[in-house]
Parts: sequence; C-alpha cells; structure tokens
Amino acid sequence: MLAAIGVSSVEELFRDIPAGVRFGRELDLEPPLSEQELTRHLGELAARNVDTSKELSFLGAGIYDHYVPAVVDTVLQRGELLTAYTPYQPEMSQGVLQAIFEYQTVICELTGMDVSNASGYDGTTVAADACYMAKHATGRTKVVVTEATSPQVRQVVKTYAPGFGLEIVEVPHRGGITDPDELRRAATDAACVIFQQPNFFGCLEPAPDLAAAANDAEAIAIAHVDPISLGVLEAPGAYGCGLAIGEGQSAGNYQSFAGPHYGFLAARSEFIRRMPGRIVGETLDAAGERGYVLTLQTREQHIRREKATSNITTNQTLLALAGLVHLSWLGPQGLRELGETCMSLAEYAKSGLMAAGLELVFPERATFKEFAVHTGRSARDATRAARERGVHPGYALGRDYEGLDDALLVAVTERRTPADIDRLVAALAS
Amino acid sequence: MKLIFEKSQPGRRGGELPRYDVPLAKVPAELQRQVPPRLPELAEPEIVRHFTELSTRNFGIDTGFYPLGSCTMKYNPRVNERLAMLPGFRDLHPCQDEDAIQGALELMWRLQEELIEVSGLDACSLQPAAGSQGELTGLMLMRAYFADRGEADQRDTIITADTAHGTNPASVTMAGYKLAKVETDARGNVDVANLRELVNERTAGLMLTNPSTLGLFDEHIEEIAQIFHEVGALLYYDGANLNAVCGISRPGDMGFDIVHINLHKTFSQPHGGGGPGGGPIVVRDNLEPFLPVPAVVKDGERFRLDHDRPKSIGKVRGFTGPFGVFVRSYAYMRSYGPRLREMSETAVLNANYLLALLREAYDLPYDRLAMHEFVLSARSLKREHGISALDVAKRLMDYGFHPPTIYFPLVVPEALMIEPTETEAKETLDEFADAMLAIAREAKENPEVLRDAPHGRPVRRLDEVLAAKRAIVKYGFEEHPDLGNEPATPRQLEAQKGA
Repeated sequence: MLAAIGVSSVEELFRDIPAGVRFGRELDLEPPLSEQELTRHLGELAARNVDTSKELSFLGAGIYDHYVPAVVDTVLQRGELLTAYTPYQPEMSQGVLQAIFEYQTVICELTGMDVSNASGYDGTTVAADACYMAKHATGRTKVVVTEATSPQVRQVVKTYAPGFGLEIVEVPHRGGITDPDELRRAATDAACVIFQQPNFFGCLEPAPDLAAAANDAEAIAIAHVDPISLGVLEAPGAYGCGLAIGEGQSAGNYQSFAGPHYGFLAARSEFIRRMPGRIVGETLDAAGERGYVLTLQTREQHIRREKATSNITTNQTLLALAGLVHLSWLGPQGLRELGETCMSLAEYAKSGLMAAGLELVFPERATFKEFAVHTGRSARDATRAARERGVHPGYALGRDYEGLDDALLVAVTERRTPADIDRLVAALAS
Repeated sequence: MKLIFEKSQPGRRGGELPRYDVPLAKVPAELQRQVPPRLPELAEPEIVRHFTELSTRNFGIDTGFYPLGSCTMKYNPRVNERLAMLPGFRDLHPCQDEDAIQGALELMWRLQEELIEVSGLDACSLQPAAGSQGELTGLMLMRAYFADRGEADQRDTIITADTAHGTNPASVTMAGYKLAKVETDARGNVDVANLRELVNERTAGLMLTNPSTLGLFDEHIEEIAQIFHEVGALLYYDGANLNAVCGISRPGDMGFDIVHINLHKTFSQPHGGGGPGGGPIVVRDNLEPFLPVPAVVKDGERFRLDHDRPKSIGKVRGFTGPFGVFVRSYAYMRSYGPRLREMSETAVLNANYLLALLREAYDLPYDRLAMHEFVLSARSLKREHGISALDVAKRLMDYGFHPPTIYFPLVVPEALMIEPTETEAKETLDEFADAMLAIAREAKENPEVLRDAPHGRPVRRLDEVLAAKRAIVKYGFEEHPDLGNEPATPRQLEAQKGA
C-alpha cells in the first residue's frame, strides 16, 4: 500500500503536520484489553451499581422504569438499521426513512399535531428548540415556563437563553398546579408558554385553561407531555397548543442512567418551516413508486448554515425507532390500558401510604403515575431507611423546591405490582 | 411496501399487559382523551416482519462499505452493544444515591481521563449529546469566559473557515455571535493573510476542524493559534476529524482551548440511522469553571457528582448525558489503549491508498497527502460528459457501495468526499476503487446508465423537489393525499448529502 501511495513509511504520511505540534510520546492510556478482558472489566463496573433489578425502585422525575418488550430489542439489533447513518441517500435508506415517517405519524397521532421532526436529543433540549422556534415565529423574546415543569427542562432552557437572546420568566405553582390567571398575566408579550402535563409533581394541570391563557396573550402554548399518558390524557393539539414536546424515554427506551434517549417535537402545520432537525416526507421515484426522502432541508444547517433553524445533525433516530416499535406493539388499546394501569397503581400507592399515616403533599390534585408524599422526616433519612429494606422510595423534591425537604416524588409504573407497593408503604411507614 | 398503518387490523395487538387486582382509576372527565390515537394494530409476528422488511431496504456498515466522508463510518464492535445492555448499566436510574452509581461514575470519570489525554487539555464534560451540541456548548463557554473577564460586549464575533461543516455557522448564530468567514488558500490551508484581516479585539474565537474537511492538516496551525491568542481570543477545535490524529497530534498541543469529540465517529457508535451520538467537550484549565453541571469528580477512592460550580453555564442536556454512548466509547478506547495511534495511522494509510488508486480518474483539487479522508471532484466528468457527483454517487449503489459525502465541502465543485476508516480491508478498498474507475469509464461510454442509476435498489431515484413541494410528512389515513403513480422526473438537488 505504501508503494502505491509513493511513500516509504507510515510516518511519512504525516509529513504535513508541523514538527512543533507532533505528539512526541506514547499516549498515557492503560494497555489494550481483549474482548474477554473488556467484558470482565465493564462487568465489574456495572456490578458496582445498584440498578432497579436489585432494588425496588419508585424513582421517576423524568426517567421511568416501564417495561420494554423483547420485540424492541429484536428490531434494534438489525444491523442494516443499527449501523446506518442519517439517510442522506434515500435509495440506500428506505428502511430508516419509512420508519421515521411512521414515527412522525405516531407522534402526530399522540399529540394531535400536524408535523413532527425525526427526534431531538432528549426532553430538555427539545424545549430549548421550541423556544427558538417561538422567538422567530413571534418576534418576541420572553419565554414563560411554569415552576411545575421539570427542573432539568428549566435549567437547560435557561442555559440556552442568553445565546438565543431570550428572557425566562417562571410562574410558581399553587398547591401543585399552575393558576391559569396568573399564567395569563405572565404571558403578556411572551413568545411562548411552556407547561408540563402531567407536571413534575405528577399532578394533572388544567391544561386546556393553561393553553387558553397562553393563546389569549398570543403566545404559543407548548405542552411538555409524557407519551405513555396520551392514551388516557387529551392530546395537546385538541386543546389549543401550537407545539407539543416531550421526553420519549418512557416509550421504548431503558433508563440507561438517563441516555441515550429521544426528545420529540411536534407542531401545527403553520410552524413547519421553523422546525429544527430532520423531517421525512413522501414522494415518488422514477418509476412512479412511493418512497421517502429527507425533506424541507432548506431549514437545516448543512444547506442553510448560519441561517438554519437549528444546528442539529446527529439526532436520536435509533431511540425514536424503539419508541415506534413499543407503541406499535401496544396499539391504541394497549396504550390506554398502560395509562390506566399506571394511574390505578399510583392511586393504590397513595391510598396505602395515607392509610399508613403519611400525608400527600397535594391531596386535592388528580395525578397520573407520580405523586408527592410527605415522609414526616427529611427525605434523605426516609430514603436511607427505606433502602435498608431494599426499596428506593422516590425522588427528594427538596433538591429543587423550597419547603419540600421532607417530600418524596413517588413514581409507579406497570412494572410495580401491588405487593411491591405494599413493600413501599411498609418501608416508608417504618 | 406498505406503511405499518396500512397493515393495521382493528382490535389486533402485539402483546398483553399484566392485570392487577386494584381499583380502576379514571382521568377527570375534562382532561380525558376524546379520540384515541390511531396507533398501528398488529400482532407481534407482523410487527417483526414489518421492521425486518424495512431493514432489508436499508444499507448499514454491516451491509457493506460506507465511505461517507466526515462521518467516520467505522465498524462497531458487537461486544460494545452487549456491554451497554448489562443490567447494571441498562436499568440504572440517574437519581439513584451516589453509593448506588459508583460504577457508572467511575466509567464516566475514566472516559473523561482518556479523552483529556487524547486531547492534550485539562478538563472534560461528557454532557453534550452530539457534536453540534458540543459546538454550541463550547461557544457558551466562550461567552461565559469573556463575561467573567468583563469582555462580553467587546467580543461579538466568531470566525469559521469556508470549509467548515454547516453546524459551525449554525452554532455561532444560536450562541448569539456574529459570524466571519475566513477563506482557504491554494494549498487547502486557512488563508493566513485573510485571517489577519479578520481577527481583532472584537474576535471571541475561531472554530476550526483540523485536519480540515478537505482532509488536509493545516500547515500553519501554530501561527493561527498565535494570531488568536495574541488578541486574547480562544480557539475551538471541531473534533469531527479526530480519527486522523489520535496519538499523533493533540488539539491542545496545536493551541486549541476547547475541543468537542464526536464519540460516534472516532470512538465508534453504531450511528443508528442518524443517532445517537455523543459530543463531550474538553477544555484548558482556565475554562473548567464554566463547564456544565454536574461535574463527575473523584474524591479519594469515591466518585461523586459536583453541582457546586458557581461559574458554570448550567445544563445543556438532562442529567449527565447519554450514558449508553459512554459505555460503548469507553469500551472502544480501552480495546485500543495507547494503540489508538495505530488506529489513526491505519485510517490515514487507507485513505491515501484509496486516493492513489483514484487520483488519475477524478479531479484532485488539492494535490497533497491526505489525512483520514480526501476530496475528489467530478468537475471534468460534468464538463465533458454531463455526469455529476450525484450521478456517480447513485451509480456506486449499483456496485454495492454506499456513496461518499457529495457536494461538500462547498469550496470544491462536484465534490466527492471519501473516508474509508481503519476498519476496512485492502480488498474492500480495491473493490471500491475498481467500481469508481468503472464508473469513470461509463461516464464516457454509457452516460445514460449513470443518469438513470441506481438500477438495483428497492426504489429508483426519488424526487426530492416533489417531496418538498407537497410536504407530506405523516400518514393521513383515509385522507392521505394521492401523489399518483405516474413516473416522476426525479429531481434531486445537487446539494450536500453527507457530513
């Protein structure tokens, strides 16, 4: 090969690199491992974690332990899908392109929107994307976010805000939900209003009233939603939202210490040319057969450069595919049953905890699969005591909210049985 | 083939859920879903067959050679997939107590240390979810750094090269900076004279890929770094092409202050049809205080998440980043160790070998040794035979290869950007070269076969203009619009595909 190139050594291939910036020693890295040694080393690291198969977990706060059917793993192992990249060449990529088109359809069906992109990084970054869209769609620079929206989402939006030239205003919760009148006042001159349904506390917001409050101020109403809830909860498109966004993890993705997952972003058709990221569209080929291509690419960085609607390139297609497979496996009936099961189990947990003498933080509120409970002591102490009994009882709300140092956010998925919940009650009541 | 919705049968489903003996809870009436979402209704065998059929209509690295320039489409060791699925990783919740996530934090800390060594810099954050998010994070760090020095208003401009990936200028705009573009000189380096005209006290920094998207190492990199540092500006290294220089030349030693590393390129992720990726950033110590929170730190023998970083820009993604990506890339790096240098050497050897086989048949705009990739031009084919880079790309499909990146970088007309990576055998490179040479001959002798290509894929050439015009971006069920079935005149934009 060197002879064909016309050089005498591999070293010579690097002759364009100035001597002053050549690396003069060997990389100080640990010696190479064979596959077998690698398996042992990473197996040891994995064993140092207490995963949810070792400890009964009621952790949620944005990442949920839903059941992932085997068919998801099976599809994701198909090398033709797994090891392809962005479908720039449609004739080589009809499999991925059609899957994305089906994913976009499923997201639009769930959210009641007209257009979905092919995925964003996660449920936080799609919120930042949505703010950028809203700024350019309205020419306004204020973003209103409810305090009952995930703290992770709010932190990411605040990090992006200076570069976007946005001012972020937070509206406090009142007893676990947002007051529509307070939101309406805050929404004056706002580009958009972001609220979460169910919200971070698991409470059901008066979502149609919140969307109306935003619309009254001609701000774009943006609902951050859980796909698993949308078999039982109304679609954001049905109550006046302009955009629907969310964390896709609960549909088809393992917890995986928070990633990789996918964020979804869907909008009414009027925003289609402001969408960030890849979008797949239907077309015909030279023989008149139906096919799929990346479309509306003049929005995107590789064509539009500094005038693009976003810089996103690599996205989360594989994780979105997992979502498509999971939701196809469930079907509409399964999705509704899954929502009802989570909600019913959460109600069972609330009743059990109350019967054991614990108080709910927001007892007046309807919830979905998550709720806040007072532990009667610091959440840290309550967690420590429960973990001694093999139960991780929930997320300490005092991390993010003042005055809730004794409160835990308890998440109940279909993977928790009534007997598991009885163990939670016993662990927190002790 | 049919869409999954067109295979749907009312009442059918993939699987059953557990039924628990607890009272049924109901959503308050005013919040209840009124119309069910029209999700597919299929039994599991039909679901498996549907997605298997989709996979047969797709081409991945597992199918064959995929020299998509600037995307570093290397083979993905299967052990990495197995390791990411270990229950201790797969089923771990990010809000577990610190004692319960020691293995995960140790893996992240070890990966940070490895990336720091490869970069020649001082501190790392794994949080950004992709290269372009790493870019944006890097620009946010610049903003925070200059604000801390009282220079936020003064420094409003970022300089990028005219060869840059589109993400660079897009990130500049999203970060709230003005953009200035520096030209490329006749040897494919940054035009230093032009650069000197652009850099001044208003400059916040430079974003540069080195080796560039032309596959060329910038011969003036030391002078470039000096020009920026003299005015107090910073240098950002777009790590898209790091696969060329691991253990050979480090961005920190070149003078860069901030680097993002595309884990899915250099350190092997399966790319997934478009993602996931990972875009960790590595910085010089003066920028460490501004890195995203939480930081993964080591205290004695324990690992912990440090949220107490008062100067931090904040968070750019949820929790601590795409952990499963970290598992795969850490495993990949550990399988090489210091031999990462050989990885890069082989990538560069493969690229130069392929270039040597092709240089007579296609135009070579910059006649230098390549690094890990090279850019040819189909300009002569276009002028003499009316055959474009797009036609060459489509015809390659008939020979069983994924096309290279085309129409990028923008400074090369009819560009063909070819990156073979180190995981391809010489025989594969020879076969690809034979196909490229055959296509060059076909352009002269039988150009129609190129214009009509591909001939052997599940679909013929597709009409992108029709797709954009009609904007059918979801299935419409009973109201699905009809595009007809008349043969289309397939109009594809002669615009960037790849990178």
